[in-house]
Amino acid sequence: MPAAPTPTTLPHWPAPDAASAAGGAAPVVSPAAKAPEGMTPAATAAAGMTPAETAAPQAPPPATAPGRTDVSLPKRPLVTPDGIPKMVRPVEGRMLGGVAVGVAQHLKLSTVWVRAVFAILGVFAGAGVVAYALLWIFVPQGADDGQRTRPTTRLERRQAIGIAALGLALAILGGGLGLGRWVGWILGPLGLAVIGGAFIWREADEGRRARWRRTAAGLVAPARGAWWRMVGGASLVVTGLIIFAVGQLDFTAIRSALLAVILTLVGVGIITVPWWVRLVRDLGEERRGRIQEKERAEIAAHLHDSVLQTLALIQRQSADPREVQRLARSQERELRSWLYGPAGYTTAVGAPGTVDTGTLSAALAQAAGDVEDTYAIKVTTVMVGDVVMDPEVAALVAAAREAMVNAAKHSGAAEISLFAEVDGKDVEVFVRDRGVGFDPAEVGTDRRGLAESVHGRMTRHGGRATVTSRPGEGTEVVLSVSVRSGRDQTGPVSLTKQQSTENQSTAGTTEQKAARDNSGR
Amino acid sequence: MTTPADDQQAPTSGPVRVFLVDDHALFRAGVKAELAGLGDARISVVGEAGSVGEAVVRINTDQPDVVLLDVHMPDGGGRAVLDQIHPALPNVVFLALSVSDAAEDVIHVIRAGARGYVTKTISGPELADAIVRVAGGDAVFSPRLAGFVLDAFSDRPGAAPATDPELDLLSPREREVLRLLARGYAYKEIASQLFISIKTVETHVSSVLRKTQMSNRYELSRWATDRRLI
Repeated sequence: MPAAPTPTTLPHWPAPDAASAAGGAAPVVSPAAKAPEGMTPAATAAAGMTPAETAAPQAPPPATAPGRTDVSLPKRPLVTPDGIPKMVRPVEGRMLGGVAVGVAQHLKLSTVWVRAVFAILGVFAGAGVVAYALLWIFVPQGADDGQRTRPTTRLERRQAIGIAALGLALAILGGGLGLGRWVGWILGPLGLAVIGGAFIWREADEGRRARWRRTAAGLVAPARGAWWRMVGGASLVVTGLIIFAVGQLDFTAIRSALLAVILTLVGVGIITVPWWVRLVRDLGEERRGRIQEKERAEIAAHLHDSVLQTLALIQRQSADPREVQRLARSQERELRSWLYGPAGYTTAVGAPGTVDTGTLSAALAQAAGDVEDTYAIKVTTVMVGDVVMDPEVAALVAAAREAMVNAAKHSGAAEISLFAEVDGKDVEVFVRDRGVGFDPAEVGTDRRGLAESVHGRMTRHGGRATVTSRPGEGTEVVLSVSVRSGRDQTGPVSLTKQQSTENQSTAGTTEQKAARDNSGR
Repeated sequence: MTTPADDQQAPTSGPVRVFLVDDHALFRAGVKAELAGLGDARISVVGEAGSVGEAVVRINTDQPDVVLLDVHMPDGGGRAVLDQIHPALPNVVFLALSVSDAAEDVIHVIRAGARGYVTKTISGPELADAIVRVAGGDAVFSPRLAGFVLDAFSDRPGAAPATDPELDLLSPREREVLRLLARGYAYKEIASQLFISIKTVETHVSSVLRKTQMSNRYELSRWATDRRLI
């Protein structure tokens, strides 16, 4: 279908599409300018303007046409909750902006009658014209599906021009009789401003997010059409209110002029309230949507890189339970730290970037993870308080690691408990297993690991190491060291520092302090 | 091992009636099979539920002794079940069971009324022991929960002074018990380490649980209130 009609429709395109392009942009102001003429602008625009405008926008229509056909088709059934088709300005059968046709379709009336009403209203100080202009601005254009099944017929065109001419004649007649003066002020600019406002408010109520969003986006990076629409609408309202003010007040008085300006601004403000509300809401919604989208992508990427890969590995290694356990454990640890850890996924906003690897808890967690991975043993890590790393703490972590390795190698237990507590200046680490145990008095020289690495390390840094073990009752290694004075002034950094920004700043200052100490050394 | 519960009207005859609440059917089946496989006469699984709403209805009709409660579920999680049932049926004891080790989650369910918290990686026999223990009116603290509570009750330089010393401070003995729990000691081991009876250890732990539930300490109330996910 799209291939065949294209060559045939192309010659037809320029004229109607130029009209639609013009309807979107340039002639918005024209009804206001030609206000006293009643319906005539419609006629002139349709008859006279189209050929003139044809020259310039001839190029774009064929380019945009195929794209639009595809996009606009699903949007067609715009229906109100009551089942009435939503008011749009159809492209087909229109003379100027398609307003009359749209109103007729919406109210299920004959287009001729609607046009006549506009013309008659135009007599009353241009009320019909302003109403037409407002509707033109605020009623969205109907879906242009590209297949102009019924172009504007000759009869319709003639009819419309006739009605316009009749309206113009009536206006002139009414002007001559002075008829317009008194009705004019009732149905005149002020009345129209009210009607226009009512229309805008009503239309704004309906769920037409897409359109508003388009307009909202246009405010940030405005398309030419959007600007024209806005400027046109605003100038219409301003003009209407100024005419009203001038008619009511003494123009020579500056006060009156000021009042008129204020009145105008108030009017513009009131009329555009729903638009602004919608604008703000939609921008917020759009931003939220973008964030959600980004988040989803991030989660998907992470799960793919970690969990799915591990599951694939586990399937391949399913014959080796030890390897499967190791993989599952290390994956669990990784996912857990991603979800709940510092700078993890569920931590407070803005947390990323504050990954502090320079703390006892992080170092111990890493050591425990390494031992888990290397020896396929479970390490339950519990930490109370935290400190920043310094040589003493580093020695403590190394000793704790050695103790864990020792337990993993020799105890035969399936689980190691690791508990670290920071209490003021003292840091204590307990490594415990429920394995075979041994008699410390009988440790041979071949088991240098515990004695050398643990004891030696700790005493070199002014700490202590105690090994408690009895055959059959497991082993516990207690390591303790005092952190340097001056560190404790910041106090132990909370275990849950990532949960509140206030604590984060504490962590930050601790780190800064550490940095300062390091540079001072 | 089961202690006579004076504040508890749990039927002392017959096994402990256990109810499982978890949105993962696979996990429920696993726990059921594991508990059944133990051949433990102290425990019988009487029912299960896969959602908050189902759990509330079934627990109300079944009235089990112990509910094994998953912390993370749609529609408010274990917290919602606790809130809806605990005030009405104080005799139903809740033991929270979760993969999450986040401090807030743990403290949250404890403060909502759960009498214990264990992670899902717990072994079958340990789980059975924990169930019997909470059914007997005691508290069950996993090492990690002990660590969290120690941390929350620790004296920080910037911490607000305790408004109610009775609730806001841990006694030295309670602190010691908690520390041993965090080090991976079982109640029996704690008792022999501190030269006290198991019953005394249980009393200390129950007292810590009460303080954790009732205290207005800043860290606890913050964990309990400032939660983004429930």
